[in-house]
Amino acid sequence: MYKQIFNKYSPEKENLIYILHEIQDNHPQQYISEDAVTEVSEYINVPRAHIYGVLTFYTMFSTKPRGKNIIRLCESPPCFLKGSENILKKLRETLDLGLNKTTKDGMFTLELCACLGVCGNAPVMMINEDVYGNLTEDKIDTIINKIKGEAK
Amino acid sequence: MKFYRSHILIGIDNTSLEAGVKEIEAALRTELDKNNLSDEINILETGSFGYFGTGVSMMVYPEQTTYVDVKVEDIPEIVEEHFLKGRKVSRLILNTNLLKKYNFNYKRRIVLDNSGKIDPENIEEYIGLGGYEAWEKALINLKPEEIVNEVKASGLRGRGGAGFPTGLKWSFTAPIKAEQKLVVINADEGEPGTFKDRLIMEGDPHKLLEGLMIACYAVGATKAYIYIRGEYKLCIERLEKAIAQAKEYGILGENIFNSGFDLDIMIKIGAGAYICGEETALIESMEGNRGEPRSKPPFPGVKGAWELPTVVNNVETIANVPAIIKNGAAWFTEHGVEGCTGTKVYTMMGDVNLPGLCEVDMGTPLRTIIDQYSGGMKDDRKFKGALVGGAAGVFLSDKLLDVKMDYNSLEEYAAVLGSGAILVMNDDVDMVEMLWSVIRFFRHEACGKCSPCTKGNEVLYTLVSKFRNGEGCEEDLDQMIEISQAMLDASFCPLGQSLIMPVKSAIENFREDFLMKIK
Repeated sequence: MYKQIFNKYSPEKENLIYILHEIQDNHPQQYISEDAVTEVSEYINVPRAHIYGVLTFYTMFSTKPRGKNIIRLCESPPCFLKGSENILKKLRETLDLGLNKTTKDGMFTLELCACLGVCGNAPVMMINEDVYGNLTEDKIDTIINKIKGEAK
Repeated sequence: MKFYRSHILIGIDNTSLEAGVKEIEAALRTELDKNNLSDEINILETGSFGYFGTGVSMMVYPEQTTYVDVKVEDIPEIVEEHFLKGRKVSRLILNTNLLKKYNFNYKRRIVLDNSGKIDPENIEEYIGLGGYEAWEKALINLKPEEIVNEVKASGLRGRGGAGFPTGLKWSFTAPIKAEQKLVVINADEGEPGTFKDRLIMEGDPHKLLEGLMIACYAVGATKAYIYIRGEYKLCIERLEKAIAQAKEYGILGENIFNSGFDLDIMIKIGAGAYICGEETALIESMEGNRGEPRSKPPFPGVKGAWELPTVVNNVETIANVPAIIKNGAAWFTEHGVEGCTGTKVYTMMGDVNLPGLCEVDMGTPLRTIIDQYSGGMKDDRKFKGALVGGAAGVFLSDKLLDVKMDYNSLEEYAAVLGSGAILVMNDDVDMVEMLWSVIRFFRHEACGKCSPCTKGNEVLYTLVSKFRNGEGCEEDLDQMIEISQAMLDASFCPLGQSLIMPVKSAIENFREDFLMKIK
């Protein structure tokens, strides 16, 4: 199933993180399934436990299915100073969603993350690959509505 | 060569990308075409200009007009007024009062001297400004030990936080005989509030490559890696392009400049873990493992990635190397202060008028940095304190506003320069909240390998939360300092050992804030 991805990388442990990134990015639910872990384990010949250990160590990886749009709000001190707590509250209300949960329609997953290095524009969040900065509660409405609109 | 009467530089960074810079650039091209100006006006993409919060910025040369917060609908007006009629569109010009307050300090810049001026995706612009001259000089005219000695003489110290002398680090690895040695660039910038390495890689990726090449030759490494955090997509893209261009120009690859020296540079990508900024954890991650630190010794310089001698250097450190080799150590030491030479790139955040980056001489006091390079305090509020050096940094009070900012001077006050992140706070900020946020960060990022750090962070979090909930008492404060001291003594790596700095400084310098929460 992951042959195309495996073809790009030699079967060495040092390529593990790359392979996991690519599997996750190509999965519509942006996660790494148990089957994937087994296949990767066979391909690079390391125990499944090692792969699971790596998966759960890094925050960018998920072992659970996630939404189409992953919202990652920065909770580090610079964003905290600029009111990230209010933004979190607003996101939870707007999406009617708990932390690390996915909306029923599979559109959004809400996560917190550490510093994204865009602190000049705090508070900041990423939705998939895109960075959104200088967040305000109004801006959250606009951003979420825009993504919802594009999906229709 | 084509001659243009004007050049428009557009800053491409995360801020402007979010504000739709690509659409605006396309609109600008169309509009210039429509007015038959494409042969007269050149559009160039460059890195960040250094200040933030102004949407899409463009700078027009030679007149040096800076337009900020440009929208697609402004484009026809800019083209008609500025480029057809020669009149500036004053409503879009950066607030001159604010601009006066912002000092680019280009004259003294070493690391970011090209950033915001050149197209980072075009190697010829870098070469045009003297780029890769140092690499040629090093490879053709200098012996590896001469380079190590020059860097030693320059007094360059690691800019990742610890401040270890770079030349000395190289001198441990250089004499080792091994089949393969490695140089690894630590671009896993994760210290909260730090984004200097991102701006260096986005704004001038070739500078990092040139410094890295020189470092490899100096220590005898023929393979190098740049370990970048997974979130830095634009950096990864630009560095990949830069490496491909360098190979195409024969600056990188086999038998470079007919010297017989071969070098290959590869990029490694992380997956989100603060601890991977620690060099041995980074090496573990490169090998495809959980990023847990190793015990030292053996130090990476002797036995690092895949057990090979490995020099690990920070991005900013290495970006200083081309200038040192090109202009000499004596020139470099004219910058900064004794014991701490060169410049430092700071990332300014919080309650200042112009958050962003600045590069100033080592030893520049915090007051000067805030007033002259960051536009002063926002809304003229009173300065209360600053968190300097990221989460693993210290809370400075106004008593230290005039202390020279360099490794040695700050050490006298039990403070650190760290990564160069400066979070400025006005008199409205509650330090209990800030310390809580710092401890929450460490609690999340503790890797779980050793218990003093894992447990210690948990207990600190409980204690600091007590103050938030109005349940704290004075003994809790003493206990917090005691626990962080124990973490300093017993933790496996610098992560757990760092807590003492924010905890002790917050409690000692801002004790009132904690006492006010005691019922």
